[in-house]
Amino acid sequence: MATYHIPEDYYYTKDHEWAQVDENIVTVGITEFAQNSLGEVVYVELPEEGQKVSQGEPFGVVESVKAVSDLYAPVSGTVIEINQSLNDDPAVLNDDPINQGWMIRIEMDTEKELANLMRAPDYKKLIAEANK
Amino acid sequence: MSQKTPLVDEHVKLGGKMVDFAGWWMPIQYKGLREEHNCVRSKVGLFDVSHMGEIRFKGPKALETLEWLTTNDVSKLQNGEAQYSLLPNDQGGLVDDIIVYCLKKDQDYLVCVNASNKDKDFEWMKKHNRGAEITDESSQWGQIAVQGPQALALLDQVLSKPISQMKSFTVLETEFAGGKALIATTGYTGEKGAEVFIAAPQAVALWQTLLEKGASLGVQPIGLGARDTLRTEMKYSLYGHEIDDTTNPYEAGLGWVIKPQKKDFLGKAQILIHREKGLQRSLVGFTMLEKGIPRQGYTAFSSDGQQIGQVTSGTHSPTLDAPVGIAYLATPYVAEGTEFAVDIRGRKVKAKVCKTPFVPR
Repeated sequence: MATYHIPEDYYYTKDHEWAQVDENIVTVGITEFAQNSLGEVVYVELPEEGQKVSQGEPFGVVESVKAVSDLYAPVSGTVIEINQSLNDDPAVLNDDPINQGWMIRIEMDTEKELANLMRAPDYKKLIAEANK
Repeated sequence: MSQKTPLVDEHVKLGGKMVDFAGWWMPIQYKGLREEHNCVRSKVGLFDVSHMGEIRFKGPKALETLEWLTTNDVSKLQNGEAQYSLLPNDQGGLVDDIIVYCLKKDQDYLVCVNASNKDKDFEWMKKHNRGAEITDESSQWGQIAVQGPQALALLDQVLSKPISQMKSFTVLETEFAGGKALIATTGYTGEKGAEVFIAAPQAVALWQTLLEKGASLGVQPIGLGARDTLRTEMKYSLYGHEIDDTTNPYEAGLGWVIKPQKKDFLGKAQILIHREKGLQRSLVGFTMLEKGIPRQGYTAFSSDGQQIGQVTSGTHSPTLDAPVGIAYLATPYVAEGTEFAVDIRGRKVKAKVCKTPFVPR
């Protein structure tokens, strides 16, 4: 079984997005488990800056050669920045999904929503289950 | 509970990512779709296609029955020849698309059918039988497709027979490790190669030998993911995508395997009505002029906003490193170069009808 880098200080969704929180700014991407399941990423569709997103609702799409997958917002808020480089080189999502492959930054509405997300130990359990 | 092919343990050993496909536990990929795809285009790949169905027609009424059940001219087939054909229903649509292999003219034929349709096909064939002995031999056969520029060289070596001298769409009966084998120079990738029907108990030995002897040629096992991108690049139809129970085969561009002047066949009148009335739509290939990947079920629009058709298959072509799609479009829009739009998740993305196959053979 592949081993995945799962940073301890990130939050995680059950849909395999990660969220890194810096005060009220949340950076969002997909986990190594997600990129491994997707296979070669060829296209990413991200929201516009200024767009509102809601926790658990789709904010974009990532496509591999074989499939389309929705991306789900880990928290509600306003998109303040998107990673433009993914449009030109979506393969970054396969090489380094948890750093260079970040997708959007959200100014979050309320910290309370973080309680609905997983921390690293629980997320590790989730993917251990998925690999059974 | 998925059915398993004789090669299932081999896939797991090779690190295949296993999924349920049409009720079968199959590898979707091993190392990666793109690498596997390129391996077939540049070297040689092995596909486990044991999930495909094999139905045998024997006896003095074998030919007559197949002539009635299928659209192509079966009487033309000589010993050792193969033919792509269709199994029409009585409503002007298709039960399946098939390959008919003539093992002995007039009296012994093997028909290869889609895995997802096998039971339906077998029932249909028995229901409309005209006196042949029809047997479902699917569980007795494994099937390995060997495809790519080096495929025939590899088979020459493994089978000690001049496979590379065989004409396309022919079949040779032989043995491997004491089991029956049928080597058919057919395929679903657009590359040279063969599909080998192998007695199920010998399937693992053949698979392992092909991998071993093919190592110096760069052989790799190929999953269903690359099988789909390879066939899409050739615009080959896939049942459930381009064709189904309601598809008129002329609209699907399959008129070349329908021989209404030569013979009578089941559903003939219903199929011909469409052509006589003039085709309402046709299957075309297209590329995207703006960013986005078309997928099955997406709607096509004309530049003035009218709904003109639907996408049947779409993917990112690994060979072209660009999106490609197949769609049914209304007749006024099917000419090469016609611009239209595909609705990709609510966004109208520009596309253009193009020449196919997308990748030259």
